[in-house]
Amino acid sequence: MSSGSLASKTIHELQELLASKQVSPPDILEDVLAAIARANPSLHAYLSVDADRLRRQLKEQPPSAGEGRLRGIPITVKDNICITGEETSCASKILAGFRPPYDATVIARLKREGAILIPRANMDEFAFGSSTENSAFGPTRNPWATDRVPGGSSGGSATAVAADLTIAALGSDTGGSIRQPAAFCGVVGVKPTYGRVSRYGLVAFASSLDQIGPLAKDVTDAAIVLSVIAGHDPNDSTSAPVAVPDYAKELKTPLKGARLGVPVLPEAGLDPEVKTAIREAIAAFERLGYTTVPVELPHLAQSVETYYIIATAEASSNLARYDGTQYGFRGSGNGGEGALLEMHLRTRTDGFGAEAKRRILLGTYVLSHGYYDAYYLKGMKVRTLIKNDFDKALTRCDAIVLPTAPTPAFRIGEKLSDPLQMYLSDIYTISANLAGVPALSMPCGFSREGLPIGLQLVAAPFKEDVLLRIAHAYEQATEWHRRTPVMSDK
Amino acid sequence: MSYEPVIGLEVHLQLSTATKLFCGCPVKFGAPPNSQTCPVCLGLPGVLPVANERALEWGIRVGIALNCRIAEIMKFDRKQYFYPDLPKNYQISQYDRPLAQQGFLEIFVGGQAKRVGITRVHLEEDAGKLLHDASQTESFIDLNRAGVPLLEIVSEPDLRSSEEAYQYLIDLKAILQYLDVSTCNMEEGSLRCDTNVSLRRTGAAAFGSKVEIKNLNSFRAVKLALEHEIKRQAILLDQGHTIPQETRLWDARGLKTESMRSKEGAADYRYFPEPDLVPFHLDRALVDRVKAQLPELPAQRAARLQASYQLSAYDAQVLVQDRTLAELFEGALAAGAKPKPAANWMMGDLLAYANAQGVELSSLKLRPEWFAHLVELVEQGTLSGRMAKELFLQMVKEGRDPAQLAVEGGLRQISDADALERLADEVLQGNRSSVDDYLKGKTNALTHLMGQAMKRSQGKANPHQMTEILKRKLAQVKSSKP
Repeated sequence: MSSGSLASKTIHELQELLASKQVSPPDILEDVLAAIARANPSLHAYLSVDADRLRRQLKEQPPSAGEGRLRGIPITVKDNICITGEETSCASKILAGFRPPYDATVIARLKREGAILIPRANMDEFAFGSSTENSAFGPTRNPWATDRVPGGSSGGSATAVAADLTIAALGSDTGGSIRQPAAFCGVVGVKPTYGRVSRYGLVAFASSLDQIGPLAKDVTDAAIVLSVIAGHDPNDSTSAPVAVPDYAKELKTPLKGARLGVPVLPEAGLDPEVKTAIREAIAAFERLGYTTVPVELPHLAQSVETYYIIATAEASSNLARYDGTQYGFRGSGNGGEGALLEMHLRTRTDGFGAEAKRRILLGTYVLSHGYYDAYYLKGMKVRTLIKNDFDKALTRCDAIVLPTAPTPAFRIGEKLSDPLQMYLSDIYTISANLAGVPALSMPCGFSREGLPIGLQLVAAPFKEDVLLRIAHAYEQATEWHRRTPVMSDK
Repeated sequence: MSYEPVIGLEVHLQLSTATKLFCGCPVKFGAPPNSQTCPVCLGLPGVLPVANERALEWGIRVGIALNCRIAEIMKFDRKQYFYPDLPKNYQISQYDRPLAQQGFLEIFVGGQAKRVGITRVHLEEDAGKLLHDASQTESFIDLNRAGVPLLEIVSEPDLRSSEEAYQYLIDLKAILQYLDVSTCNMEEGSLRCDTNVSLRRTGAAAFGSKVEIKNLNSFRAVKLALEHEIKRQAILLDQGHTIPQETRLWDARGLKTESMRSKEGAADYRYFPEPDLVPFHLDRALVDRVKAQLPELPAQRAARLQASYQLSAYDAQVLVQDRTLAELFEGALAAGAKPKPAANWMMGDLLAYANAQGVELSSLKLRPEWFAHLVELVEQGTLSGRMAKELFLQMVKEGRDPAQLAVEGGLRQISDADALERLADEVLQGNRSSVDDYLKGKTNALTHLMGQAMKRSQGKANPHQMTEILKRKLAQVKSSKP
């Protein structure tokens, strides 16, 4: 095997090579580390990679031969998922140097299956953003065009998968943070049903919306990773005691005669090239024998406002603990009278970036006495309406087809000065989080400039198998997932 | 002007469940700082709470005992404020859907029954402790207590005097002790109390503005603070001032309250539903099961004691007020003691001792059969009343069986007739002048002779027998005289 080629493979390809003993876990890790050494300086998908530590860990605790569903497979982990002893900073200065003393449930499950974890995928600070530009440690670049954003907040994970700096990755999705970067980087990303995957050990952004999910090179890989990380966890009261199918095995049974719901979308801001790509994808589905039915999502237009009330309210509360007392960054005070308040103020003023502060302020405001009913309570009511929309629409079809994002990847810096425009780029993804339903993004075409376009599928709660089977059928019939970015320095 | 005080009480009770409210750490008092902690109760990034079902069940138990309506659906909310003893900077508590609401507690003040409304009973997590005394320049945080389950019990503003407030606390504590959900120890902080009080003109319907009083370390402090605060407010009102709504701190040394913060300074807690925990459906089967397993409560026990042992209503009330006392009493009866003398020991000597020492009865580690032995020793005439009282003190101080102590100390009343006869002869021979006085009709000379007899016998002479013998011998002397 030539160097670099193993890093470009999928999980299922590597599993065959491992099974036939053509390659060993160290071979795979070395190729991935070589790719990272080559491309990470320009892409900044990882905040840091300690190659020697990874080599040492693999040597000291080799995944036992033949065992484990992900034996020897490198999986990249977003910087907001706790791994014992590994720095987990959420790409924030305030948590710089923080090493959790415990494993997130998903991490424990990946370890148990023999995966090789590569920590520290870059992200927007605390997952606040849609471009990874809000990382306190510098943006990640889109491997398809390095002047473009990779999307966010899981931009590091998406870039690492797209640029073959890993085999697959974990991201987190609160309002599209897996799907939108998957779309911008031309990979597959799954946001599972709320409660499908344990949130224990995921540093919380908005607790009622957050879900961990896979980013992968194809649908099969996404299915393999999801099968491992999904399932009830007694440490997460919001995780559902619903049995987990072997998603990859399910893919082998095609979903015949499935119905796809096609909603009328608010078109403001929808890029014509994206619109065309989605229309063509629908046509491809019809050629596969799927039927399409019109569905209505009347409250989709309100989803951004609703989201920014609920998500910021929860975020303001979840981020209150970063005060410099116990861990992470501590701003210094002068001591004496008022020293505690000063320490809190300095820690939070100097430790949080602008977007984190913006969201803490928004969330604090909407929960304040006298405003709760007008904002948070009303937001929760609209959320129920949005959920009802999806429930109703999904009785008429097996999955709803949507664009993942209204445009392909935008330029670095383009929307940084206009947070509202940035927020609006999440319009098609946010509603799935509000409704708690599973959603998937996969490549469905390219813009004239050669930027990937993402197709989004949304299904009823715990119907990830339906999503993956429909996606797999489409993938089998198309070639989009085979394209890889050609980087100038490659 | 005459005013009527309007008083409400807020009690925080630490539940003595094996583990904390949202994690598996042990609930343990007095362990080394931060030794009873884990990522969850430390509030580390990424952790999630999981509710302790036992705490929920115990909360329901208290709710039922306080005649509350138990919620069908209850949920937790986040109460948000920054304080270093609160690792997440929010407390998981309950806001608009508490565990139980609309109950009442019947108290007895001055022989009158009074129903005090219970507004709500809710569950929340305790905070840690700040330690300021270890260093001049630094403060330390002990998070062992963080996450310990607390039950907050809020009364309606139905109390009208400091005595009523005091009695409410006594009766509430008794119920909580009987329910076996807490150590109810104010010194260790497992039971804490805040109160609020306002005055209104006698006969007025509207409430005055409310003053909350914190830092109350004992039931007595609650009573004293209320008495002080009622006086303070009355003076201000008489002078034509208005009472500002505020929170005040009780200064137990200066016996006064001091302003802590005004209404304007009150925090906006920004309550919202805890998204990490789903609402709980408390199904009727669970509530019925808890109800069926409810132990006998103080009021039921008082009625039973009164009926079974011919005690007065007052005696029965006093005996059941402290679960340890009631158990010692019934235990002593089971070990053979008669009700009246046993009750006298409990309500007299024992309570007086505990009050004087300021200790909880449960901390004395007494065995009920010891009281039966004490009663028996007196009844048999082995001990005089005075000897028994001395032995009682030795029993509570040393924590030992009085029967054993009596044997070891040779504490045995002399009831042997021959010995007492000899003693009487000695006393009469040694106190000629008193004998003469007696014979001249000064009957109080007998008291002196008795005193001499007790002195010679080191207090062991059976006083009843001794008196009779002395009288008989003096009569003999008189009749033998020419």
